[in-house]
Amino acid sequence: MNILVCVKHVPDTETAVKIGADGKSIQTQDVNFILNPYDEFALEEALKIKEAKGGEVTLITAGPEEAKKSLRTGLAMGADKAMHILCDESHDSLALAFCLAEGIKDESFDLILCGKQAMDEDNAQVPIMLADKLGLPNISAVIKLEIGDGTATAHREFEGGTEVVETSLPAVISAHKGLNEPRYASLKGIMMAKKKEIKDVSCTCAESGLEILDMAYPPSRAGGRIVGEGTDAVPELVKLLREEAKVI
Amino acid sequence: MSIPDLYNIESLFSEDELMVRDSVRLFVQDKILPKVKQWNREAVFPKQLIPEIADLGLLGAYLTGYGCPGISYNAYGFAMQELERGDSGFRSFVSVQNGLCMYPINAFGSDEQKEKWLPPMARGKKIGCFGLTEPDFGSDPSGMITTAKKQGSEYILNGTKMWITNGSIADIAIVFAKTDDGVNGFLVEKGTPGFTAPEIQGKLSLRVSVTSELLFDNCRISAENVLPGAKGLKAALMCLNQARFSIAWGVIGAALACFEEALEYAKTRIQFSKPIASFQLVQAKFAQMWTEIVKAQFLCYRLGQLMDQGKATPAAISMAKRNNVHMALNVARTCRDILGAAGIVDDYHVMRHMDNLESVYTYEGTHDIHTLILGQELTGIGAFG
Repeated sequence: MNILVCVKHVPDTETAVKIGADGKSIQTQDVNFILNPYDEFALEEALKIKEAKGGEVTLITAGPEEAKKSLRTGLAMGADKAMHILCDESHDSLALAFCLAEGIKDESFDLILCGKQAMDEDNAQVPIMLADKLGLPNISAVIKLEIGDGTATAHREFEGGTEVVETSLPAVISAHKGLNEPRYASLKGIMMAKKKEIKDVSCTCAESGLEILDMAYPPSRAGGRIVGEGTDAVPELVKLLREEAKVI
Repeated sequence: MSIPDLYNIESLFSEDELMVRDSVRLFVQDKILPKVKQWNREAVFPKQLIPEIADLGLLGAYLTGYGCPGISYNAYGFAMQELERGDSGFRSFVSVQNGLCMYPINAFGSDEQKEKWLPPMARGKKIGCFGLTEPDFGSDPSGMITTAKKQGSEYILNGTKMWITNGSIADIAIVFAKTDDGVNGFLVEKGTPGFTAPEIQGKLSLRVSVTSELLFDNCRISAENVLPGAKGLKAALMCLNQARFSIAWGVIGAALACFEEALEYAKTRIQFSKPIASFQLVQAKFAQMWTEIVKAQFLCYRLGQLMDQGKATPAAISMAKRNNVHMALNVARTCRDILGAAGIVDDYHVMRHMDNLESVYTYEGTHDIHTLILGQELTGIGAFG
């Protein structure tokens, strides 16, 4: 199996994000960037399939030079090689999907795996748009994946049940938490990653159709309020939790 | 908020060295920190983690060949730092397997011994321990009374080794004993008649680590289990240099864990209507501790380079072990102080680290012995005896 895994270099979820001076972007200095956690599930699945069936795992990302750090992490986890579409601008999902499709136009893959969404913008659109652009079937947010002979069977979770979907391959499939437990980059993997190829791919990226106008912090939390005392206050508290806070 | 890298120390290290740090840190966060409190209470070393520690490549990390990754000493140092950020017991486990077992087999063993032991030790299938210290000979190992008498093609071991990390879980013990031709190293396999390794009970420190006695009662060792290159105490001391290097790096992890916990606590603990971090006495403690941590990092950074170049002298290693463990113990005590009463319960990590560091302060050469090693280096006069 020749497997492509699309990855993104995103701010660490433990980082406190600060809005930049232009009010439209986040400050990237002093922010630790990591391989998008959902993409780790996709990569782990690709590595497992490769271990079971043989083949090759290729990573691809579109992003600035620093994104090579995440490619290096993926190579250390066990991917065989990587492609890097160098672009500094931040793209909307559609432009990014076109960009990735353009980057792999000379390659062929039996399976394309992605994380279901990137932790930075949370749009969860690129895998679907990429599939559409490539003319391939798409299954989103899978929690279990079985590869057959030219087919894949995927399990998707929704409230109250599981959906089982079968597709022909190649296809674009996105990974959800629970699909597997990603491995740690081993010391040996880290040393081997130094010798693996990261190919720079130049391609003309499509222009973003969306423009970010403004970014703002969420409003700071208001103080609590006491709705009454003793057991008499319980009905009112429950009513407010249900109707106002909408948490129950 | 992360602590600022005032001296841009991160830029001194290569990308792969930092990746080793980050990968081991993730492992410790996921697999060790959530359970270490319970293991410490129960005084158990979680053997079930050994395969995962081996999968990470931590066993035999800086050796090449035999399935080992061959990372730099500083990458290895970072791995030790991150393990000890979890608990000194894990760093002890790994540094004994590496510096005191795989290193001597690689440096002093025959090709057959290396082929037999190093691959399974790298995979965590075989665990090692190192027997030098005896009940009556700790800082003064040359006085050891464990003997190996040659009889035909065999050696007969008699004696007791004490305070042996991994002893009761080890498949192979590297044991130093006196022969008619001076001190030599031997490989003693678990199950050899006359060899037992009872665990030492009642420790108030390094509870997440196995510490044992090794008892030899007419234990017969075949000649093929003599480590041919391990002649004289010098061989044992070469092993200790490896382990002392990993301690110098490791304890920075314990210090960082305490520092970060105390800083977070001080910023959120309100007294006199404001966070205790706003008081000058508390800030002075943080300023002093951080300065000492950064100085310790620089010692380790340079020492790792010297280790890679084969230029690290025993005195240079002593200086780093002595300084850094003393630093880490002081940081742990100061952080315990900042946490007040909260610092004495195991919901926080500081006191576990502090208790562990009390052992680290006196093992692999006590603080005082390292002081004397430096004293001898500077004056040319030994003041040991």
